Amino acid sequence: MANPMRDSMINDPLAGPRWLRWLLIAIAIVLMMLLVFMPLAMVLTAAFAKGVGVWFAALIEPDAVSALKLTLFTAAIVIPLNAFFGVLTAWAVTRFEFKGKRLLMALIDVPFAVSPVVAGLCLVLLFGANGWFAPWLAAHDWKILFARPAIVMATLFITFPFVAREIIPLMQQQGSDEELAARSLGAGAWTMFRRVTLPNIKWGLLYGVLLCSARAMGEFGAVSVVSGHIRGLTNTLPLHIEILYNEFNSTAAFAVASLLAGLALITLVLKFWLEARHGDALSQSHRRHS
Amino acid sequence: MWLGLVVLLPLAALVWRAAGLGRAGWLHVLRDPRVQASLAVSFETALVAALLAAVAGALVAWVVVRYRFPGRRLLDALVDLPFALPTAVAGIALTAIYSTNGWVGRWLEPHGLKIAYTQTGIVIALIFIGLPFAVRTVQPVLESLGREQEEAAASLGAGRITTLRRVILPELLPALLTGFSLAFARGLGEYGSVIFIAGNLPYKTEIAPLLITIRLEEYDYTGAIAIAALLLVASFACLLAIGAATRWIPNGQSHA
Repeated sequence: MANPMRDSMINDPLAGPRWLRWLLIAIAIVLMMLLVFMPLAMVLTAAFAKGVGVWFAALIEPDAVSALKLTLFTAAIVIPLNAFFGVLTAWAVTRFEFKGKRLLMALIDVPFAVSPVVAGLCLVLLFGANGWFAPWLAAHDWKILFARPAIVMATLFITFPFVAREIIPLMQQQGSDEELAARSLGAGAWTMFRRVTLPNIKWGLLYGVLLCSARAMGEFGAVSVVSGHIRGLTNTLPLHIEILYNEFNSTAAFAVASLLAGLALITLVLKFWLEARHGDALSQSHRRHS
Repeated sequence: MWLGLVVLLPLAALVWRAAGLGRAGWLHVLRDPRVQASLAVSFETALVAALLAAVAGALVAWVVVRYRFPGRRLLDALVDLPFALPTAVAGIALTAIYSTNGWVGRWLEPHGLKIAYTQTGIVIALIFIGLPFAVRTVQPVLESLGREQEEAAASLGAGRITTLRRVILPELLPALLTGFSLAFARGLGEYGSVIFIAGNLPYKTEIAPLLITIRLEEYDYTGAIAIAALLLVASFACLLAIGAATRWIPNGQSHA
């Protein structure tokens, strides 16, 4: 192990004796290696266990490609929608006083706490064979459950909080002074939003979008319940992984998994970069996307 | 309005249908030993995992905030990995690691320690999922914790243990509780990362969310709705607990 980088820490009476410090650091590192890093390493190792050729073959296989397309299709709808409505919700919550505001704030957190499977079931109850909208859907010959719309809706539900949660504390901190100044100088509401509000929240927005997209492409439980698992039609990448894995085709499963793991890594790197470069433009609570 | 449409409406459907089950329907589901067993498995594993995640999370947060060492920022970044990694990916990776031929399983199994396909495996997966929640709720509080109080305590002759217990822990407690509740709520509902490592033996390693999907596939809507309603109530209880813990935080900011 290397020496501490900052000498001041050595003489810090609060830091405790050196052995204790290093012991705690060692425990934390071992813990994180075992728990967090190892699964990632496992995915990459297992994906390339039979060589790059096999890995690539698993990715260009038609079912995998269609799963990838569906995942991207879902993300392409969900991310803009949740970004837009996330900003709108944050705006409403931080700039206006209205009845039920606290309830609205609490509602934002609900998708975090509710089991994805329960979320999926809710959609089944709405759109399923004897669901609320079943007669109406049948009359219009619309298929929602076990088709793309349900997958999109499940993902919308699960990933709704990310953008709003990032922006709300940010907008609370900044207050509305600058916006009021803009309005008093004659700016319209849209100009004000575009020229004052948006620049202020842009990094927070990006941050929320980042987390939202990571989750949107990886969502499994909720999508699994509503998708119907039709190969080549309603399989997203995570569902495709499950099928391959259950067929004991674990190399292919890990190959597809490595794609999603790569995505997660990109997310982390971008997040790291955002925090390092634009940390001051993010909310103080930017670490708390929990 | 949008939130109502996307979030509230589906939940309302569940609540409505759960209320419509009637006494007989509920009793029928609740008396089912398989349902009882799956709920017990879910609650127990989520509880143990959330406790361990809170302890481990506090340790990692402490080390990352208080100490300077090479790789600290990497460690800090790594904390978010379980958050970014899709649950299904984590599930198959953890299973591969802890199964008989896996990197870790191969060392433990000769000693009689089976992890994959047991409740221990479920706990491991849930710690993985819950850890970022624990770290990220404790970390900001640790960062904002002034050192003055600790210095004052130390200068008044308090030992490190006393300082930790009397000065730091009370400040951290709300955040710890929030982290614990978040990890518990997530653990209770977690599906993707668990179903691979659990083995899914009825009565032994079958979690409640999985039983919901099984009931759905059997077109047993009553069963699925009843279990889901119970999980929903539990997650709302967690949200309430988090709300209470948040208000309790001295500086009054929203930390949840």
